[in-house]
Amino acid sequence: MDLFDKYALVAGRHGKVLQAGADPFGVCLDKVLSGTEARINGRDTILVGTNNYLGLTFDPDCVASAVAAIRQHGTGTTGSRIANGTYGIHRELEAEIARFLDRRSAMIFPTGYQANLGMLAGLAGPRDVILMDADSHSSIYDGCRLSGATVVRFRHNDPDDLDRRLGRLQDQGDCKLIVVEGIYSMLGDRAPLAEFAEIKRRYGAYLLVDEAHSLGVLGAHGRGAAEEQGIEEDVDCVVGTFSKSLGAVGGFGASNHPNFDVLRFCSRAYMYTASSCPSSVASVLSAFRQMAHRPELRQHLWDNAEALYQGLTAAGFDICAPMSPIIAVRLPDERSAVWAWNRLLENGVYVNLALPPGTPNAVCLLRCSVSAAHTPAQIDEVCRRFAKVAAELSGERSAEAIRVHRA
Amino acid sequence: MAVEGDALYRDLCTIVEKYAPAQVELTPTTELSGDLNIDSVAAMDLIMEIEDKFGIDIPMNLVSDLRSFQDLVDVVRQQIEGR
Repeated sequence: MDLFDKYALVAGRHGKVLQAGADPFGVCLDKVLSGTEARINGRDTILVGTNNYLGLTFDPDCVASAVAAIRQHGTGTTGSRIANGTYGIHRELEAEIARFLDRRSAMIFPTGYQANLGMLAGLAGPRDVILMDADSHSSIYDGCRLSGATVVRFRHNDPDDLDRRLGRLQDQGDCKLIVVEGIYSMLGDRAPLAEFAEIKRRYGAYLLVDEAHSLGVLGAHGRGAAEEQGIEEDVDCVVGTFSKSLGAVGGFGASNHPNFDVLRFCSRAYMYTASSCPSSVASVLSAFRQMAHRPELRQHLWDNAEALYQGLTAAGFDICAPMSPIIAVRLPDERSAVWAWNRLLENGVYVNLALPPGTPNAVCLLRCSVSAAHTPAQIDEVCRRFAKVAAELSGERSAEAIRVHRA
Repeated sequence: MAVEGDALYRDLCTIVEKYAPAQVELTPTTELSGDLNIDSVAAMDLIMEIEDKFGIDIPMNLVSDLRSFQDLVDVVRQQIEGR
């Protein structure tokens, strides 16, 4: 028996995907040309799978802040905050996040994944019950598992199912923590937060909302889905990431709870990891300023989202959720999805290929994410190339049907 | 303990058979993953269907320990009795 035998099925499936062309899970961007373009396999490629919603990765102010921070503070912090100490800019960014979200306190993590791990495993313990949306991100699943709490899933975006389960679990556990996301990463659908908030109030539960894909995207000030739905006061804890709208790497948790900062000594994902690097912290500080001073970025994002949504719909594609900056195109099966993904890449369009078990309801997706930095010409070009691939796919599927029929 | 022939066992057979290959006969020792090839996503769907049918919650903490069909029957019985 070999240590890696347990992965034989996965490796076999990956090998099958590779037979169709490039490796969808190992694409190499040889040179990143801008927030929306890169050279891949020697070809200039439009990036439509970056989650770079506000297009700030090449923003001159964000870049200048990152460069200045490296010159001033060095390339890395070489250790954790509890051992090596906190840099002044860590505190500055935490204060900025708290101010932006109108929360009493915020703490930052080196990645968004760790933010969920640290928040969930820090907040809930073995005597608590977590109720999580079934379509939650893997970082939420992992954080819940790490907490040792009793973890119960409820049906995706289904307040009635949450209500029923809370009713059944009333006598169990010390505290109940409901965990949902603002916008779900795979399909781009939004949570009915106002309904969840009403249920949370009725049962005296706590509510954590992961705004990873909604920060900078939803709400009058870009604070996310809770702001958009007017229920920020009902949200006990907010989790977010720097690696989407804010154009860097890292994550945060924020809360009004008076004892929130005790997590700095109780959350292992916060305590035992190297602290965020100065360049990321500094560029995120700049990105918050950009979000505040340039509301037109959000307008561009939504204009582009609408253009791509309309264009792909007109080309006959099946899009899984109402329009948002995440546009998930459903393909009928894995073979078609892998084939179409390769053809798009060969045509200079990079999107995310998402396959089961990483997708809800076992759908096969070409997942697009739109940026404010996309030009109208780029969006038109993406739609044109998608339509071309759709025509080829239609021919390919007909040919396949003929081959199957003859066999 | 699962008892072939009791009502709960039969009800669970009906549900699980939908997720199983047609040629596999369910017995208490049938392995959910190995014999029925139920992957992690199908397992989650199966658990939710069972939860709805019996009006119970099966925490994920318990699901990871399920190996055989008998394990599943035992967990469902335990959750029903603990209601």
